[in-house]
Amino acid sequence: MAEATDPVTQTALLTTADGRPLKTALAEAQAKARRRAFLLVVPLILFVIMTFLIPIGYMLKRSFEHDGFASSAPAMVAWFAANPDFDPTNPPEEAYAALVSDLARMQVEKTTGMAGTRINYSVPGTISLFKGGARAAKNLTPPFKEALLAVDAEWGRPALWRGMQSASHVYTAEFYLVASDRKLTDDGWARGGDKERIYLYLFFKTFLISGIITFLCLLLAFPVAHLLATLPMAKSSLLMIFVLLPFWTSLLVRTTSWIALLQEQGVANDLLVALGLITEEGRLTMMYNMTGTIVAMTHVLLPFMILPLYSVMKVIPPSYARAARSLGATSWTTFRRVYLPQTLPGIAAGSLLVFILAVGYYITPALVGGADGQLISNLISFHMSKSNWSLAAAIAAMLLASILLLYWLYDRLVGIDRLKFG
Amino acid sequence: MKKLLALSTALTVVGFAARAEVVVMSWGGAYGEAQTEAHVKPWSAASGIAATMVDSDNPAPAVKAMVEAGNVTVDVASLEYADAIRLCDEGMLEPIDVASLPAGADGTPAADDFLAGAVTECGVSTDIWSNVFAFDSSKITGTVPTTAADFFDLEKFPGKRGLKKGAKAVLEFALMADGVPAAEVYNVLNTPEGVDRAFAKLDTIKSDVVWWEAGAQAPQLLADGEVTMTTAYNGRIFAAAINEGKPFQIVWDGQVYENEMYAIPKGAPNKDAALEFIKYATSTEGLRAQAQHISYGPARKSALKEELIFKDGKTVMAPHLPTAPENMGNALETSSDFWVDHDAELNERFQAWLAQ
Repeated sequence: MAEATDPVTQTALLTTADGRPLKTALAEAQAKARRRAFLLVVPLILFVIMTFLIPIGYMLKRSFEHDGFASSAPAMVAWFAANPDFDPTNPPEEAYAALVSDLARMQVEKTTGMAGTRINYSVPGTISLFKGGARAAKNLTPPFKEALLAVDAEWGRPALWRGMQSASHVYTAEFYLVASDRKLTDDGWARGGDKERIYLYLFFKTFLISGIITFLCLLLAFPVAHLLATLPMAKSSLLMIFVLLPFWTSLLVRTTSWIALLQEQGVANDLLVALGLITEEGRLTMMYNMTGTIVAMTHVLLPFMILPLYSVMKVIPPSYARAARSLGATSWTTFRRVYLPQTLPGIAAGSLLVFILAVGYYITPALVGGADGQLISNLISFHMSKSNWSLAAAIAAMLLASILLLYWLYDRLVGIDRLKFG
Repeated sequence: MKKLLALSTALTVVGFAARAEVVVMSWGGAYGEAQTEAHVKPWSAASGIAATMVDSDNPAPAVKAMVEAGNVTVDVASLEYADAIRLCDEGMLEPIDVASLPAGADGTPAADDFLAGAVTECGVSTDIWSNVFAFDSSKITGTVPTTAADFFDLEKFPGKRGLKKGAKAVLEFALMADGVPAAEVYNVLNTPEGVDRAFAKLDTIKSDVVWWEAGAQAPQLLADGEVTMTTAYNGRIFAAAINEGKPFQIVWDGQVYENEMYAIPKGAPNKDAALEFIKYATSTEGLRAQAQHISYGPARKSALKEELIFKDGKTVMAPHLPTAPENMGNALETSSDFWVDHDAELNERFQAWLAQ
């Protein structure tokens, strides 16, 4: 910066000692500083890209891309491309000829499983159909339609042909349809039967339970956080340890201790029976159902509500409340009009945090959920382990989209800049 | 600093290059331990090749992920039967030639020595395990349950029931309890009416079921008195009964058994050594050694010829194995063909049924 103030520059255009215009020199110096600052955050940017953006992008890609059939059945892909408006109830001989030639190729290239698995996602029962067809394919003679239907009459099912047509495209919305409880029938995609619909219901239930848990956490955390923020230092640090100790304990340990406490032969029931409050036969069912899920998850997530609340309450000057009281406000009015509004950023941050964590929770509902405490994440994990990753990705993407929608709503209603995590 | 960084990177690279270690991935717990003691350690000592065991909740998704990413770090994986077949069909496992496997201790060629279906295109059976149901004999006295139908009889045996939270093996069990002969179960289950029938049978006890998910939960529920009977993996009940002295008794009627397979993921770094490991582990001696640690039956005829004794030195294993003739009276082998086709479909139905 020394050159900039050099008195040598007397002309209309200010220049530096070496004759460069001052403006350029300044811009260069600042650009250099900016580059250095940028270099400092490069590791962080790389980290976020590698561990966050790429995996999520990959997941999203997976949810609408699958080439299991398209890459292993070139003749069928070509035929479907040439005849987009064929009649699935009665495909012509050329279609069957293409199918038989592809089946024979799959047998040689060992891609039967890949192709069958892809079709099986929308038309159950096709993996073994493809295996049987591929084994028989090289011995089949024209007319292929009769020959293949003789191997297995299932090959004539309209739903199968619709499924293959859809799978002949690498990119497909099929997984989103399945994740919205649609089924591929002989007449095309339709709403699944009453006994099969599950995903949308579970989405609804997941959000409902998460909402209940968030509310309960807020109810329990508010007084605790207030106490923590107002007690003298020595006492509040001790209390803080009680909040943090469970927080540092393994999630599995906390979940299983709730099982030991709340199950029918557990501590809580034993105590109630011993006190004569309930009879031996009337033991309460508090575990392996929705109650168990809500209790355990509320406990596990409680610190995520307490900590942001505490950090906000800590800095609220007690003089405000005193001023309100001295001006004649009742204690309820003081709380409602003066104290509560100042804690809003903490409430907002804690609720958002707890809600988002609850929506994705998986281990606790799996262990204590029983029949009616299942959440959508348990189905994502099921499809991951059964290697239908595309469906798992589609459900996860829908979950992500609904969270982003909530976040957007939140931003509109409360304003994201008011968030305070402590 | 830079020098240090370069040095450590170089060391790491050298470290990875020098690694010629066979990595076996299995299920952890009592099962993983049995395979470590019976296969990994003795093979490593005999062959001089380092070998380690890593645990997984289920090795199948891990294998799929590794092969798809082209970064395979596991040489041998212990897979469920249907997974071994499905991953093989998807081209994610190395084929294993049955002729390359060692003959039985009595000289029978491997192809004849293994029980039917125990060697597939890409997998070799390590044991046969079973879904059974068990009760606490200190709680149920007098008439004890003996058939699958008793499991669903709430009048004769009041109390809660533990059931695995999933369609596989549960639907078959329900049908057998409903009087469907084992040989007919999959024919019935292949029809919409059959599926309805299985769920109708489950409906009769639905409000009294405690659902479990991890294998260790079943004996725990029984021990806590939370349920009077529960389905379980037979080895878990055996371990609780023999190792911990719990008064648990297994009812073998209506058992659903299947093979567990060793397989080599496609692109395994030490493919040849992995094959040697599998040959060793699935030899007559290898299978016998594993059965001495856990009550899952060996899948070779030659391994069952001599009496098997548990590692405690006194428990005779034969009556505790799913394959014992007296346990096979009403037994069903899981149909992998059925489940690769219908797993997703029936589990969705199952989840929907649970949520109703």
